[in-house]
Amino acid sequence: MERTTLNKLLPGEHGTVERVDSKTSSIKQRLLEMGLTRGTTIEMIRFAPMGDPVEISVRGYRLSLRRVEAESVIVLQDVKQ
Amino acid sequence: MNPARTETHLRHIAIIGNPNAGKTTLFNALTGMRQKVGNYPGVTVEKKEGRIAFEDGSEAVLLDLPGTYSLTANSPDEKVATDVLLGRIEDTPLPELVVCVVDASNLERNLYLISQVIDTHLPIVIALNMVDVAEKEGIVIDIMKLSEELGVTIIPTVGSKGTGIDELKEAIAKPVELSRKSRQWRLPEPVQRECDELKGMLQRTHHLTEPIAFHEAIVLLTSTAALAEHNDRYDPELIDHVRKDHKQLELLGIDRNSVVVESRYEWIKRVCASAIVTHRRNLNNTSDKIDRVLTHRIWGFIIFIGLMAVMFQAIFSWANIPMLMIGDAIGWIDLQIVQWMSPGDLRDLIVNGAVSGVGAVVTFLPQILFLFLFIGLLEDTGYMARAAFIMDRLMSKVGLHGKSFIPLLSSFACAIPGIMATRTIESRKDRLVTMLVSPLVSCSARLPVYALMIAAFIPQKRILGVFSMPGLTLVAMYLLGLTAALTMAWLFKKTLLKSETPAFIMELPPYKMPSLKSVGLHMWERSMLFLKKAGTIILGASIILWFLATYPKADHGSASERLDLSFAGRAGHLIEPLIKPLGFDWKIGIGLIGSVLQREVFVSTMGTIYNIRDAKQESGIMSLQEHMRRDVDPISGAPIFTTLTAICLMVYYVLAMQCLSTVAVMKRETNGWKWPIFQIGYMTALAYAVTFVVYRVGLLFMV
Repeated sequence: MERTTLNKLLPGEHGTVERVDSKTSSIKQRLLEMGLTRGTTIEMIRFAPMGDPVEISVRGYRLSLRRVEAESVIVLQDVKQ
Repeated sequence: MNPARTETHLRHIAIIGNPNAGKTTLFNALTGMRQKVGNYPGVTVEKKEGRIAFEDGSEAVLLDLPGTYSLTANSPDEKVATDVLLGRIEDTPLPELVVCVVDASNLERNLYLISQVIDTHLPIVIALNMVDVAEKEGIVIDIMKLSEELGVTIIPTVGSKGTGIDELKEAIAKPVELSRKSRQWRLPEPVQRECDELKGMLQRTHHLTEPIAFHEAIVLLTSTAALAEHNDRYDPELIDHVRKDHKQLELLGIDRNSVVVESRYEWIKRVCASAIVTHRRNLNNTSDKIDRVLTHRIWGFIIFIGLMAVMFQAIFSWANIPMLMIGDAIGWIDLQIVQWMSPGDLRDLIVNGAVSGVGAVVTFLPQILFLFLFIGLLEDTGYMARAAFIMDRLMSKVGLHGKSFIPLLSSFACAIPGIMATRTIESRKDRLVTMLVSPLVSCSARLPVYALMIAAFIPQKRILGVFSMPGLTLVAMYLLGLTAALTMAWLFKKTLLKSETPAFIMELPPYKMPSLKSVGLHMWERSMLFLKKAGTIILGASIILWFLATYPKADHGSASERLDLSFAGRAGHLIEPLIKPLGFDWKIGIGLIGSVLQREVFVSTMGTIYNIRDAKQESGIMSLQEHMRRDVDPISGAPIFTTLTAICLMVYYVLAMQCLSTVAVMKRETNGWKWPIFQIGYMTALAYAVTFVVYRVGLLFMV
């Protein structure tokens, strides 16, 4: 387990949400409501053609968000054996 | 008489669900075509209502609430949904029952909204939609168990196939009250205590109902912004109390923002653990495989641009065949009237005013159908969200949201739905910027103008064997509009409406086969709207313009001279000095005057103008294009329309604000005249300046 932010994950990498730390409370609220709550497992799926936004898998569905927003999601990254 | 009074005996039912959960399909299946669209008072959110007819002959009103992920009121859409379910909207009775559409393949996130709806204490029926998709993914839901956990009747449905609709209707007709445990999720102890206390205070001091008090208590406890906003709405003592609560929770190290959401999801986790029997988890690989290509760094772009190109090439060439047929039919109608009626003002009015005016617009119906076919397919398959995903980087460059791309793309069809689609944008400033620039994107009403000018004046040459000059000119016009929209958006975001680039948090729904029925319904709706406009505004405008172009009547002189002396001719002459620098003469001036109403009026005006001039020679109906090509200046003998004039005219139409309906929508959406007037001003100035430059530069290169 390694603490990092969601934007640092590469496609195929998994992690667990620790907290959302956005300065803008409406963004934080939205990210939480979309299911990025503590303990939720997520997977980075891919980056958009121009590298931003990114697509993640969370709670069985696909969510896209910008790198700036992903940066506010603190995750514990699963380290591959 | 107040129509609401006669309907008081009708039950009012609301339908709500997450975006992409299939709510619209179910709403259509429950109500059929019996729908009406309006607006909520004071806000700009579309209010869609329909009637459900039950087996026993009784009826109920079904209100389609905006698709939303939560009832937190972050956007106008969410706020309306929240207020309806709390009975806080004028003219909208508190629903007696809420139908919640839940995507079975995405249960966890969908249940979040449900947990909020349950908090309103309203009776609920859940339509567990897309159970087929869930099953394919290996998600098996124990419906009995889920129903028991939630205390709500659950009907499994597959909206796209019509499965479960009858059962759903039956459950709506006779809702069974299940014993519902009051509020099943709980906050951590200190927060719960504060929340209960605050709720009690709100009930006592402000006489709120329990659900409203609870909702407000949570809002006040969690959101600092809401507290500031509600400052004057609540008792100062209560506000002080909330402030103290905030401090106290901070001391305890509790994150107020997350605690409510997390508590709800905790509860959802427990519900899902007992109700979902996941045998195997086959993630929907098909969507992933498609996305590997469609959102690929290189292929994604090529396909996106290719799709757009195909769309326009198709609109221009495929639609040509039915267009010619409609044109022929109108010519035939004209001939019949000319044959069967004696000459006179009335025949003139019918042939030159009514038939030619409306006819010229109806001819373009095929193109509009094609356009909405494409947009409907993009939306229904799920590609629209990918378009936003692909385009967001570019949109954020001009300070906008990928979501602004969808209103802008819709504006290709019509700025009115485009402007209305901006309501999904949460930030007010970004929404305003998108609305301001939406009418720059070439809408379908401009297509008749482009089509006429291109067919008449752009040579049929091929480039690289595949692309034709007319096709490329059309693409160029669309690109010009898009470029102008993005440039102006960037400018507005830098100056007038300065704010940070908004968040981009958007679901990418799985791809699905488009439902031809809903795409068809969409095409039908939009074409009817277009035809209604053609039938009323344009008919009226055509008759007025025919009148202006016919009276006062001169007894002598050629047709051209008589038009010259008419009201329209005089008005055209009046503005001629203004438009001369753009290469336009007074006849185009008349067209511009008519276009104040709506852009496509230009075509019918030209039709009226040129038909009138040839009303004496009834040898045959020559196409409008032919007339325009042959028209020469009576003094110099030079053609009125050159390729350059045609291009300048199109450029002007790309950029100018010539649509009363858009102005009306802007006024409604922005709640005042300030922004629509600003919009008319900046667009006219832009159109004038750019056309002037194009004309002057063009003169240097063209003979």
